[in-house]
Amino acid sequence: MSLAALFFYLFAGVAVASAFMVIASRNPVHSVLFLILTFVNASGLFILIGAEFLAMLLVVVYVGAVAVLFLFVVMMLDVDFVELRQGFLQYLPVGVLVGLVFLAELVLVFGSWSFGEGVTGAVATVVSDVPNTVQIGRVLYTEYVYFFQAAGLILLVAMIGAIVLTLRHKENVKRQSIPVQNARTKATAMDVVKVPSGKGL
Amino acid sequence: MTDTNWLDTLLQVLIITAQSLALLVGLLIVVAYVLLADRKIWAAVQLRRGPNVVGPFGLFQSFADLLKFVLKEPVIPDGSNKGVFLLAPFVTCLLALAAWAVVPIDAGWVVADINVGVLFIFAISSLGVYGVIMGGWASNSKYPFLSALRAAAQMVSYEVSIGFVLVTVLMCAGSLNLSAIVEAQNTPYGILGWYWLPLFPMFVIFFISALAETNRPPFDLGEAESELVAGFMVEYGSTPYMMFMLGEYVAIMTMCALTTILFMGGWLPPVPVAPFTWVPGIIWFLLKVLLVFFMFAMVKAMVPRYRYDQLMRLGWKVFLPISLVMVVVVASVLHFTGLAPGGG
Repeated sequence: MSLAALFFYLFAGVAVASAFMVIASRNPVHSVLFLILTFVNASGLFILIGAEFLAMLLVVVYVGAVAVLFLFVVMMLDVDFVELRQGFLQYLPVGVLVGLVFLAELVLVFGSWSFGEGVTGAVATVVSDVPNTVQIGRVLYTEYVYFFQAAGLILLVAMIGAIVLTLRHKENVKRQSIPVQNARTKATAMDVVKVPSGKGL
Repeated sequence: MTDTNWLDTLLQVLIITAQSLALLVGLLIVVAYVLLADRKIWAAVQLRRGPNVVGPFGLFQSFADLLKFVLKEPVIPDGSNKGVFLLAPFVTCLLALAAWAVVPIDAGWVVADINVGVLFIFAISSLGVYGVIMGGWASNSKYPFLSALRAAAQMVSYEVSIGFVLVTVLMCAGSLNLSAIVEAQNTPYGILGWYWLPLFPMFVIFFISALAETNRPPFDLGEAESELVAGFMVEYGSTPYMMFMLGEYVAIMTMCALTTILFMGGWLPPVPVAPFTWVPGIIWFLLKVLLVFFMFAMVKAMVPRYRYDQLMRLGWKVFLPISLVMVVVVASVLHFTGLAPGGG
């Protein structure tokens, strides 16, 4: 067994175990932390097949940004764990049914999966002099540039939509405007008054 | 698999382990003295002496602190989430140290010379936020939790502009490999050929973002002691606290090293002529890292803490647009002048 194989079983084992713990752990925050562990191990697997760019991207995007937001949301929620567990047996049959249907569909789809003529020979070249960052860049920004732009537009629309949905301008709230604060001078901010003694202002 | 293969693998593992150990020991000693330097500089600005009791000029202060922290009893709060509570400082420390695996301290002196070195450091430093969130949440206490939310939002915000700064440097160097980025700055002009000059606005943005990313003053909103006692570390003591501090300082050193590599020519001498080129690269690297750290320390001593809304405004409304525009400008300049690496 080579070193790569050893690391494969390590990453794969931890990934599967922590994926299981995501649904098995009682505390939702622990679930998210296990999810993060799963992501990190998945990126380890990417490194083993030589896709180092994808691996780093997985960590930067999913672990560094998306999972942080998950964690934020889960921590802020006041979840009653006992209540969460109560309906478990009640929903179990439905859950199992959905799971079985999904599994059957997957088996049917992948059982009859066959590659077209000549496709199997054209898999992406993993071993190459060009680093795969450069390869991905070339493909993404030449062949698929319109799809890439379209994906970017969809994300932009989603972002604007989320902002529009949550943006509320409350009345009667004192706001701080930095340009106004910076524009204050001695003349506008201070008023030196000579107070005659015994009289007050 | 034959026996020789096994031996080769074992030898490789041993060599990597030895290299990592050497790097870590060196790094930790540097961190110990950088911590002392930080306190000394801070003290000097405030006309104090700073630590001066343990050893000559207080040179052994950091080691005395280490002993003190390790020998004290770790207190775990009753209501805390024990596993996560203890995991948080380990995560902080481990991630901070892991980033140094790809940092080249001289030509070829790097533990893992990977193609995506910049992305690796970026990924690792974006994971640094987990130590803070986990510590703040697991303490099950109000101030740490508030601080964790603040610090996490801050670190995520400033990562965005750091990302764009990295993109401009990558476009100029044409590689994600840190050694290649340093080599790309190896011109006959010496110090004038390094990226701090052509990319000066990005250099400034990177420096300030690095302060915010490592929760250094004036952006230490995470542990603003006037508002939050000591931030996410309130409930920590003894060794776990020390690991948080260690992780923080190692992360600062990582940021100093990254500034050095991206903008100040890494191990290259400032003037590429005889007496300067005789000096080993690691000396130049160390000098530059310490110079950047000196700037970090002076900022800490001189600049008052930002208000939280000012901090967020600076990140999202000032740095993000400027760095976005700079990415476009740098890309256009490289493309239309044909200066881009690889023919543009």
